[in-house]
Amino acid sequence: MTFLQVNHLKVYYPVRGGFFRTVIGHVKAVDQISFELQKGETYGLVGESGCGKTTTGRTIIGLVKATAGEILFDGKDLTKLSRREFAQHRKDIQMIFQDPYSSLNPRKRVLDIVAEPLRNFDKLSPQEEKRKVQHFIEKVGLHPESIYKYPHEFSGGQRQRIGIARALTLNPKLIIADEPVSALDVSVQAQVLNFMKDIQKEFQLTYLFISHDLGIIRHMCDRIGIMYRGQFVEEGTKEEIFQNPQHIYTKRLLSSIPNADPLKRQEQQKLRQQIEKEYEQSYSRYFDVEGRAYPLKRISKTHSVAIP
Amino acid sequence: MLKQSVLQIEHLRVSFRIHEEYYAAVDDVSLTVHENEVLAIVGESGCGKSALALSIIGLHPPERTKLEGAVMFKGNNLLTQSVQALNQIRGKDIGMIFQDPLTALNPLMTVGKQIEESMDYHTTLSASEKRKRTLELLERVGIPNPAQTYDRYPHELSGGMRQRVVIAIAIACNPAVIIADEPTTALDVTIQAQIIRLLKDLQQQMNTGIILITHDLGVVAEMADRVAVMYAGEIVELADVYTLFTRPLHPYTRSLLQSVPSTQTSRETLHVIQGIVPPLTKLPRTGCRFRARISWMDESTHESHPILREVEPNHWVRCTCYQHFYFPDGGERA
Repeated sequence: MTFLQVNHLKVYYPVRGGFFRTVIGHVKAVDQISFELQKGETYGLVGESGCGKTTTGRTIIGLVKATAGEILFDGKDLTKLSRREFAQHRKDIQMIFQDPYSSLNPRKRVLDIVAEPLRNFDKLSPQEEKRKVQHFIEKVGLHPESIYKYPHEFSGGQRQRIGIARALTLNPKLIIADEPVSALDVSVQAQVLNFMKDIQKEFQLTYLFISHDLGIIRHMCDRIGIMYRGQFVEEGTKEEIFQNPQHIYTKRLLSSIPNADPLKRQEQQKLRQQIEKEYEQSYSRYFDVEGRAYPLKRISKTHSVAIP
Repeated sequence: MLKQSVLQIEHLRVSFRIHEEYYAAVDDVSLTVHENEVLAIVGESGCGKSALALSIIGLHPPERTKLEGAVMFKGNNLLTQSVQALNQIRGKDIGMIFQDPLTALNPLMTVGKQIEESMDYHTTLSASEKRKRTLELLERVGIPNPAQTYDRYPHELSGGMRQRVVIAIAIACNPAVIIADEPTTALDVTIQAQIIRLLKDLQQQMNTGIILITHDLGVVAEMADRVAVMYAGEIVELADVYTLFTRPLHPYTRSLLQSVPSTQTSRETLHVIQGIVPPLTKLPRTGCRFRARISWMDESTHESHPILREVEPNHWVRCTCYQHFYFPDGGERA
């Protein structure tokens, strides 16, 4: 079942210059991308910094305005809604941010942080509110008494779980997780990732998981879209992307991942050189004269590649 | 072939003053760096790896830091050197590469001038010789169009190019040792792969000893020759990279390796290390410091005064608990 559909989404930022500060061009942060999320799945958006993956996530939740295109959620186009109409849908879409140190207000208690979305949408008595906050705080594995503490009293992993509790309070259907663990140490990372998988089952959540770390993407996601300069270059299931990458950029990205086996160092190095050579030689096969990717072409039921 | 040692850290203890009391962030660490080798120091934040690296070149504020032990370099103990003497060594014999290339570079100075700056201090080259050497260095670190880049400012370069400039500064005076503190953490994977390659090449060409500080086990597997795993200020395991990845012994090393999602193997749930790295003021100072995080292990498996022991040639492990260690959730992935 299609749950969220993004059609030809564009986010352009004008570049002004000259004497009258007229628009002389555009930065195409997101350029004509289309993808859909199925209910209950985890969809991974991968790419290097500046590829537009974060902008895509922020546009879906309404933090960035789309220049053109549609975002269909529950049959409604989110880009066409007024502020008030959009507010109704905001309940269903929540976000987990990257940095647990800057995404929690240091001057608020955990109770007020987690209750903030509740206060925006539901009219609860203070007792009900406290009960509900404690329920979610326990769900994320923190002590119910910790609702009277301030963010600085928690470790990074605990803070990230407070951020998750805040995202869960309104029973959202879709959670956009923008690099949720990249600010955390590996052992804490594991804890948060495991936890995100658990609550996905429990609350039947759909995730849009944005990350640059392919190891984490492979661990978490069912389907993956690879972005390059605001466009998709490849989309497919986890197996298709990791075992049978078709686009040269995907291959290049995958070969760059550090190999956890030091014995394979030489082998990996050879593979990288070979792909780098292929990248240089066949660049024009994969990108047009302006260096932009071609539109996606379906090569199997689930696998699409940007080739001419 | 036996490699010459270039830097010896002997019983180093680095303590910071917090509320009138000193707490050791690095506790009795001894390590030797050889020429032409990458010695990786791995651990999570708060394990003391950066504190260790910065103390080698005296970058801790002296009024709040107590340094004990010795860091021997070319016959001198760096810990007792004056600032003037250290300035002769830093940037010349010991180069430094920091994590974030944008903050490590001066935004108001062209790339060329910044590279020449270290030669101003440490060499007597003429202006034209310095320029020539700078252009060579830029080419060596893989920057296309060195002559153009020479006059550029850091903000005009991409992250990868900036890190190459930082590396050029570090190697400008042919250092014997380079300290690289998370050199690829701020970079994208494709750029990371290039920078790792570059550092490996430079290590071999210049016969340099590189101390690599990182939390990323993938980078260690790609780059290191020997690895020291640190926990709570102590080295808990020390081995060559192949041994460490194929036969890790200490519970902390094994737990770390199990908690990383890898692209090579897949596993439904990742291993989670119980508890948290304790803050500096609450570090356990007696017994096995990792004890609290593997609480299912019987107390008797730990030593009361764990020491780093050579359990097989060149493979050192602290505490005896590794002999009985198992994961409570069952198997360990291969």
